[in-house]
Amino acid sequence: MKLSIWTYEGPPHVGAMRVATGMTGLHYVLHAPQGDTYADLLFTMIERRNHRPPVTYTTFQARDLGADTANLFKEACHEAYARFKPEALIVGASCTAELIQDDPGGLAESMGLPVPVIPLELPSYQRKENFGASETFFQLTRRLARDMNKTPEVSCNVLGPTGLGYRHRDDVTEIVGLIEAMGITVNLVAPMGASPTDLTRLGQAHFNVMLYPEIAEETCRWLDRNHDQPYTKTVPIGVGATRDFIAEVEALSGMKAADPGDRLRLPWYAASVDSTYLTGKRVFLFGDATHVKAAARIAKDEMAFEVVGLGCYNREFARDIRRLAKDYGVAPLITEDYLEVEAAIKAAQPEMILGTQMERHIGKRLGIPCAVISAPVHVQDYPARYSPQMGWEGANVIFDTWVHPLVMGLEEHLLHMFREDFEFHDAAGPSHHGGHAPRGVDEPQVVIPDPVADGNIIWLADAEKELRKVPFFVRGKARKNTEAFAVQQGLTSISVDTLYEAKAHYAR
Amino acid sequence: MNRETPISTGCLNAPVLKQRGQHEVFCGLTGIIWLHRKMQDAFFLVVGSRTCAHLLQSAAGVMIFAEPRFATAILEEKDLAGLADAQDELDAQVSQLLQRRPDIRQLFLVGSCPSEVIKLDLSRAAERLSEVHAPNVRVYSYSGSGIETTFTQGEDACLAAMVPTLPPSEAHQLLLVGALPDVVEDQLTGMIEAMGIKVACLPARRSGDMPTIGSQTRLAVAQPFLGDTVSALTGRGAGLIPAPFPFGEQGTTAWLRAIADAFDVTDETFDAITAAPRARARKALDKVSETLRGKSIFFFPDSQLEVPLARFLTTECGMIPVEVGTPYLHRGLVGPDLALIPEGPLISEGQDVEKQLDRCRAARPDLTVCGLGLANPLEADGLATKWSIELVFSPVHGYEQAADLAGLFARPFLRKAALQL
Repeated sequence: MKLSIWTYEGPPHVGAMRVATGMTGLHYVLHAPQGDTYADLLFTMIERRNHRPPVTYTTFQARDLGADTANLFKEACHEAYARFKPEALIVGASCTAELIQDDPGGLAESMGLPVPVIPLELPSYQRKENFGASETFFQLTRRLARDMNKTPEVSCNVLGPTGLGYRHRDDVTEIVGLIEAMGITVNLVAPMGASPTDLTRLGQAHFNVMLYPEIAEETCRWLDRNHDQPYTKTVPIGVGATRDFIAEVEALSGMKAADPGDRLRLPWYAASVDSTYLTGKRVFLFGDATHVKAAARIAKDEMAFEVVGLGCYNREFARDIRRLAKDYGVAPLITEDYLEVEAAIKAAQPEMILGTQMERHIGKRLGIPCAVISAPVHVQDYPARYSPQMGWEGANVIFDTWVHPLVMGLEEHLLHMFREDFEFHDAAGPSHHGGHAPRGVDEPQVVIPDPVADGNIIWLADAEKELRKVPFFVRGKARKNTEAFAVQQGLTSISVDTLYEAKAHYAR
Repeated sequence: MNRETPISTGCLNAPVLKQRGQHEVFCGLTGIIWLHRKMQDAFFLVVGSRTCAHLLQSAAGVMIFAEPRFATAILEEKDLAGLADAQDELDAQVSQLLQRRPDIRQLFLVGSCPSEVIKLDLSRAAERLSEVHAPNVRVYSYSGSGIETTFTQGEDACLAAMVPTLPPSEAHQLLLVGALPDVVEDQLTGMIEAMGIKVACLPARRSGDMPTIGSQTRLAVAQPFLGDTVSALTGRGAGLIPAPFPFGEQGTTAWLRAIADAFDVTDETFDAITAAPRARARKALDKVSETLRGKSIFFFPDSQLEVPLARFLTTECGMIPVEVGTPYLHRGLVGPDLALIPEGPLISEGQDVEKQLDRCRAARPDLTVCGLGLANPLEADGLATKWSIELVFSPVHGYEQAADLAGLFARPFLRKAALQL
């Protein structure tokens, strides 16, 4: 048993739903109890879809358990086929149905439906949403992709986007545009927008573009082995990564990409003097491994931030994140425990969090600004405007998104200079944002383990007062540095002098 | 509404279309979202799967930007394979939780589909943990599983679980049953107390204010989905006051009137207390219901509020119900409302969602009340919708909220009229 307040990923059948909902002409019959239909609202509300996901739930109840749940499943399959006439059916069980062991795959295959029926084995008590999506896409591909001649012109597939993906809609537009501008034909985008019939001609492409490794890596590897299709390894998020991605595509295709010209604005925005204040901003990164990897590179090389902590919630990619953390000289945080993330952020005292919807809660509690870089996200992260994360426009979007939560440069200076102005103080928050809750209001009954309290170092009243004059966005760092300095010096209390000695000690 | 018995029995004896098939409804776990806010020293620990945890955070619609007083103990492979003793594991999770939240006084262990299927005995766990953590924390258990409960039935199961622990008392008193928004509860209990009636609430806001129960206790039920709670309470000697539910001016008056009659309150006292808020409610309703008059409405089953709301919208707002779907028709509780709905609409119980969508699309009602999974797809088909979950999440009972309640149904029409696209 594992105590969980928020989960970063849903169960694996939600991953299968994301593939089915992204596609056309596919239907999913899910053996599941009443209530599991909640997953529909992820798509209809959070993503604002105007259609229900193509999913039929068998909706068994307690009274069915002693009777014939297997027959209930078969009836649901029949009715779903008769009503929706899909090109193919995927069938599987949610967590409860897994326990009653009706074998949906075997039952559906025995029914002799006139379309391919693809059983999904998604272990609900071991795996999670990304695995479910990856496995579903892989099983569909393995079953449906045919041996085919390559297209006469250079072509590729773009693999990984699904329903309910973080910015998948716009990433696809951006990357397909980039590839087509190179003179390469896009054979198929999948799963998003593809039908089961479309998947039969995956093998026509010369190579594959792997957009989201969490969902498409397994499939890309299999297509490489079985259909002679090499695939791109770099995910084009950020300027450097997009350049590396283009180099990979050029090597695979023999085609050349044009310079983005002034469509790419991040480099100049980062170089312009207004951005000076971003230098060395301490950021903490958490999310899915792919987005965290990309964000770390952008943070360090393209924004000149300092990465003070990073981690991911998907263990499947833990090795990559451990390697990355080593490169950045920080401890990797591989966890799906929200409380552990909260404790790590509190210990690192960053000036900004780049995380998921969940880290927004942490940021709000700790008074640290937060920008979202990765799923899970909420309705406001499915914007109406074009807002990719990938490619040149994605880099521009990321610059804006990351700068927005911060106090602006000159305002930061003024806050330093006039620390006790009753209207213009740091508890009021960045002035370009609307109404703020007072900062630093912690729900007192919640005990968050204090990572620095162990040393039993006492802050003398004057020093505590002086510390409060330090603007909030660096106060945490000042507190932490001063305490570390005091420990190093063998002190048990901190005076105003200790505070300033520590400041001098850490001056850069 | 006057005090004479209606001559027509309305829909009371209308045939009911019973359907089974795909249910597009939440399970009982969803009730935790409002119950954990209502009971300020309570924590809800779901013993279930990742799906349960995901449901709770998604169904909230908004992720509440503070630490919620609920969590999920997620069952893992080793729990299912019997490698770990689930009871030991649970004890460890509860200790961890109570250590982090020393302010918690009531802990609910909430069963789920997987915990029910593997027959994990949570009542035994609750007994044991109550002993371990007494007197600081009382531990209860109930099931919010989808195989046994639909949406608001979770609240029913939760309140029913508390009934055996209520202290006995032979006081002549009223018990207001059902979790209401604090503002509504204060208004209703204020009027009831003004009539000279001693009143307590289940659930209480804090564990120290638990009501007592006995043969002199009469029950005023505020929510139509509390069948099990009511039978548990009557099992302890309390008597139910049957009445329409307190929605709108007429519903609230009938509900209060039934209470007043049960406690021999004089007409003068009753009128003195209710006349002003009645007049206010009627005036405000007249204005808002203009938008609704003559419009047809179709209810998908969701919260069990459907029958009382159809009564309110029909008799007080002039709407025409086409179908009133409800997950479960509890005649003992909604009978008085059912009798007031004029014959005509199809009353349906349970659901086969595809067939019901066919009926809805064929009827093309002016307004469709449905869950979050169906609303946007129906809007895209050109049908105006009202998300039913808002009806459970907003203050809608009583006089002062009568016009707000009508307003929730009027808003889709006003919005459609306002948008020039």
